[in-house]
Amino acid sequence: MKKINWLVVLAGAAVGIAAVALTLLGNPVNMGFCIACFLRDIVGACGMHGAAVVQYVRPEIPGLVIGAFIMAVASKEFRAKAGSSPAVRFVLGALVMIGALVFLGCPLRMVLRLAGGDLNALVATIGFAVGIFIGTIFLNKGFSLKRAYDVGKAEGAVLPAVFGGLLILFLLVPSLFKISEKGPGSMQAPVIVAFIIALVVGALAQKGRMCFAGGIRDSIMFKDFKLLYGFIAVFLAALIGNLIFGKFKLGFQSQPVAHSAHMWNFLGMVIVGWGSVLLGGCPLRQLILAGSGNGDSAVTVFGMMAGAALAHNFGLAGSADSVSEAGEYIVGGIKTNGQVAVFIALAVLLIVSLVHLPKKAKN
Amino acid sequence: MVDARGFLCPMPVVMVQKEVKKNNPAALEVLVDDQCAVENITRYANSCGYKVTVSQDGPDYKLNLAK
Repeated sequence: MKKINWLVVLAGAAVGIAAVALTLLGNPVNMGFCIACFLRDIVGACGMHGAAVVQYVRPEIPGLVIGAFIMAVASKEFRAKAGSSPAVRFVLGALVMIGALVFLGCPLRMVLRLAGGDLNALVATIGFAVGIFIGTIFLNKGFSLKRAYDVGKAEGAVLPAVFGGLLILFLLVPSLFKISEKGPGSMQAPVIVAFIIALVVGALAQKGRMCFAGGIRDSIMFKDFKLLYGFIAVFLAALIGNLIFGKFKLGFQSQPVAHSAHMWNFLGMVIVGWGSVLLGGCPLRQLILAGSGNGDSAVTVFGMMAGAALAHNFGLAGSADSVSEAGEYIVGGIKTNGQVAVFIALAVLLIVSLVHLPKKAKN
Repeated sequence: MVDARGFLCPMPVVMVQKEVKKNNPAALEVLVDDQCAVENITRYANSCGYKVTVSQDGPDYKLNLAK
């Protein structure tokens, strides 16, 4: 078992180092990887939302999915399966994305932000853990989205094909896409380098079973800390990288692509933690599972993309803290629409959790 | 026997855990269909004092847990 644990640590360290490297190569600070942000950027590049500062065909997403696909095929773990409540998973995927965009990051970016000294991510981590804890209560009570079944191999290859095709289209006909000229979407590591780095990370994440929700979930449910090692390894590797390259800045204010509206950082990640536990994995894990043949995870990713479009079209996503021309510090966060969306998302999570509990046996 | 085929983690472990806590069986057969579940159940079973042997069962895996 020790060998597997070290694999998780290796995968985590690789993710942390890769994230810092991608930042140095051009990605936004503390955003070497962010599954939520990068899916949102891709959605924007395809014209499905109109937020001009977050539109780009991020090659990291195709890289992660295809890397996982190659590793799964090579290690004979690729198996096409689907049929475990796909519509519910689509909705949960959308909710997880909305929660992540309220905070401005998926669990992976949360760890990277923490490693960059952003204490808002600490608030978010507490919210994430609380969300996971709530999810585990329902798992222990018998929550289930029911089993998946074997399906044709093509079903399992949908997400690698979609993202692979999208990347090829972007390389061949870039004018088809909307690309940010300023803001986070305009900060880009070179396409091929970013793709190759993500390819390696995707393969390692597949083999290391990397899952940020799983780390905390398994610690709570089974006192199994294997996945948590990966979580910690990402943090430490990114922290060391940030310290070496002078990217570490401790505090709540003026953090890159972040806001300090604590309640919404907390609640946004409660949604992500709870939703991820119900789905069986965090956004990164959904990409990796989809690359390994899981059609339900592919549907979840499509749900996340729909959630990203909704989040920006309906003004639900968080906006970063800023400084006015008069020098006044303005705390960002979410507006009324986003606040209502957070409570709707929590209500929907509760309903989904309750509806999927086992029915009491009639005597 | 616990048939956990088609379930994403952590459900296979949850199903085994439920059976172990409820009946504390001396031996238990578990069917799963992915390698990740094999690893997770093996770790959990070992922590509960079971020895685990894994065999391929067509495209699936059969785990035999024994004390």
